[in-house]
Amino acid sequence: MENYIWLIPALPFLGSLLLILFGTRLSRALVAILGVGSVGFSALITILLGLQFLSEKPAFYQQEVWQWFSVAGFNPSIAFHLDALSIVFIFVITFVGFLIHLYSTAYMADDADFSRFFACMNLFVGSMLMLVMADNLLLLYLGWEGVGLCSYLLIGFWYKEPANGYAARKAFIITRVGDTAMAIGLFILFQTFGTLNIQAILTQAPEVWSVGAQMAVLVGLLLLGGAVGKSGQLPLQTWLPDAMAGPTPVSALIHAATMVTAGVYLIARMYVIFELAPLAQTMVAVIGAVTLLLAGFSALTQYDLKRVLAYSTISQIGYMFLALGVGAWSAGIFHFMIHAFFKALLFLCAGAIILALHHEQDMRKMGGLRKSMPVVFWTFLIGAASLAALPIITSGFYSKDQILWYTLAGPNGNIWLYLAGLFGAFITSVYTFRMVFMTFYGAPKTHLDHPPGKLITIPLVILAILSLVGGFIELPHNFAHLALFSDLMAPVLPGITANELLAANEWLFQVLAAVVSLGGVYVAYLFYQKSPGMLHSLERSSLAMKLHRFWFSGWGFDALYDNLLVRPYVFLANINKRDIIDSFYTGLARMAEGFHVMFSQTQSGVLRNYVAGIVVGAIMILTISLLL
Amino acid sequence: MSVSTMEAALLLAGVLFMLGLISVLIRRNIIFMLISVEIMLNAAGLAFIVAGSKWVQPDGQVMFIFILTMAAAEVSVGLALILQIYHQLKTLDSDAANFMKG
Amino acid sequence: MELTFYIAAAVAILSTIMVITRYNIIHALLYLVVSFLAVAVVFFTLGAPFMAALEIIIYAGAIVVLIIFVIMMLNLTQEDVQREKEWLKPSVWVGPAILSAVLLAELVYIVAAGTPPQTEAVVAVDARLVGLSLFGPYILGVQLCGILLTAGIVGAYHLGRQKKKVIHRFLQERSAAA
Repeated sequence: MENYIWLIPALPFLGSLLLILFGTRLSRALVAILGVGSVGFSALITILLGLQFLSEKPAFYQQEVWQWFSVAGFNPSIAFHLDALSIVFIFVITFVGFLIHLYSTAYMADDADFSRFFACMNLFVGSMLMLVMADNLLLLYLGWEGVGLCSYLLIGFWYKEPANGYAARKAFIITRVGDTAMAIGLFILFQTFGTLNIQAILTQAPEVWSVGAQMAVLVGLLLLGGAVGKSGQLPLQTWLPDAMAGPTPVSALIHAATMVTAGVYLIARMYVIFELAPLAQTMVAVIGAVTLLLAGFSALTQYDLKRVLAYSTISQIGYMFLALGVGAWSAGIFHFMIHAFFKALLFLCAGAIILALHHEQDMRKMGGLRKSMPVVFWTFLIGAASLAALPIITSGFYSKDQILWYTLAGPNGNIWLYLAGLFGAFITSVYTFRMVFMTFYGAPKTHLDHPPGKLITIPLVILAILSLVGGFIELPHNFAHLALFSDLMAPVLPGITANELLAANEWLFQVLAAVVSLGGVYVAYLFYQKSPGMLHSLERSSLAMKLHRFWFSGWGFDALYDNLLVRPYVFLANINKRDIIDSFYTGLARMAEGFHVMFSQTQSGVLRNYVAGIVVGAIMILTISLLL
Repeated sequence: MSVSTMEAALLLAGVLFMLGLISVLIRRNIIFMLISVEIMLNAAGLAFIVAGSKWVQPDGQVMFIFILTMAAAEVSVGLALILQIYHQLKTLDSDAANFMKG
Repeated sequence: MELTFYIAAAVAILSTIMVITRYNIIHALLYLVVSFLAVAVVFFTLGAPFMAALEIIIYAGAIVVLIIFVIMMLNLTQEDVQREKEWLKPSVWVGPAILSAVLLAELVYIVAAGTPPQTEAVVAVDARLVGLSLFGPYILGVQLCGILLTAGIVGAYHLGRQKKKVIHRFLQERSAAA
């Protein structure tokens, strides 16, 4: 099976290529078969490969396809390195990606640019696979930029609306800031180790750098910059809510399977660097904690269904960063997997609702959908329960609880980080069930004309099942003690041990987490279902309204960046409108034009002048040869 | 001043060439220009003959035959062109054919 | 022999000057024939009798006759001679004359700066040798000359053809109707 590793990213790329070349000439059915089939086959290969991996238990699979280029001792190859970490990622990418593709055939059925959509989606999946399978950082960077490009193409998919184009450009430019930092980090790594091979760097780094070495911290921070840009964390998170401009399956793909989890992957992949740079690792944890709180508050105030989900993604990725930052590597990856299931589920449900309601995204105009769309309601409820981490039954509880537990009890644990995480969990369950109550309960406000079909509900059901049972492969120590996932991760990522003193009382903290999440559900129920009057009285106080506006705008980051960076830049650009440097080059062009006019005067058409020219030339040549 | 026949002949070639050149430069009549070019070609041929005679080799005369051939071809094409110009422009003024001036 | 050479050279230069100063083309052509004949004599004194014959046959014969034919076709009149006179003013020829004089001076200087003069007997290179080397080492050149002459014939034929006036057929019909 390991000889077919290269097929996993190659199939989506091939699908994309065929769709780009012939897409407009193929029938819609054929486009759908090509687009979905390519990802489906990669998913199939991935699952077979995963089963083989689980039974054989090798350290990793390696396949070199060909040497990319060779310049002055720098020999990156197109080579794939598959260990447990990458396999989890490619499983999520191909499998969830396949479900999203399947769903898209129904969602985008009426769109004129059906084939362009699938071409971009396939390219997106292929780039992300390239990113997580690469055995060297250069190939990883290629996938990294490919993902950025595809996000631009897909966010601006409906390009006729100028706002969508703006959102696409914003996503592209803001992630570019992080990418630049990452590129500089790669330069430093190459200069230090003379290679960009990931495994070589990971083994050499502890020999070259001591713990806390300045260069290690610098590289760690630069890589973190890249991760922050792609994963939509503070301070580069502003693009993600605007990325909702794209079609809903695109949002699902960006948020669940591809793009935003790239940062998590990068940090987990380069974990040795971060262990050598405690400052950078602490930064990861702090950024995660702050981001999850900020995004949680913003999610509380949004009315657009998709924007709530977008902020919740930022917040959940914050949890992953928090886990990575405190050294709970496996817990972070576990949460990534579970999050991919329920976030894809939530987005696809949201898409079904939006499609059913004539592209209405405002939750204030929804309501009462519980009766009319039962499948969507139940699957959405499962996804929401998982997001809110309702205890025992949802997988979200197990993954989030693990993060919270190690945030407190791990060797790098910190009470403040724990409290932030706990409070974030509370907010999460409040905004999640606010969403549920506003959308599915109450009186119907918009007529529903487009009940979801089979192609839409089948992916929902599959994802719902995964969101429920996915968590049971990793249960806490004091509750059945099942550690399949962390055992799988053990050869790749270092384990973590909890503080002995606290470990005795682990159940106490689990109950606390459960109470917090249930409390959040109750608060949401109180405000949005039982007594809406309380909400209205809150809305009357001016302080609450100010806070609401502040959070609604995403803590004013857009305005801040606008005033701090965009306006001064536009101001400077206005000053230099005529481009001083360019005038030098236009000057050259003018000069050439002047000479042209001058010399065309000599083309007088008088034959004798030409002859005279020849004679003068002959005299000059003779004179020169005589003088020398 | 004592110069050999060879040098004198070479100077004669130079003088004839210059006379042809002056004529090309000062004449506007296109037939005169053609005649002047013939004079110049003849002078060049003379120089070759002188060289051949100097080294007692046949090569100079061979070159003269080539020049002769070329002059014949040139004059036939040149005269055909002159006829065309005369038919098109109704004049022999070479300055009149300046439609392609810059 | 040397005296013959100098006389022929003087005749050649003088007749060439007469060629370039004539206003009437026919007069100029007559002087041109004289010039060619003088040059042929020079060839003879330089030991190239066959070339002298060729000079007379082709330059003085064929080429000049060709030009005269063309002049006859052009049907020139006294007015053309008059115009020729107007074109050839001192202001026109002084500049080029000086230019050419400079060039000539340089050529003379080059010739004079060469090997010191030494009198040597003129040895005739007879036509047999010329023929042997023409069809020996220079056979490629002969063939190229053949191609050149063919091109000349075709070119002259093509250019010399009187083209029918290109008028649009509707215009022609209208003129026929009128």
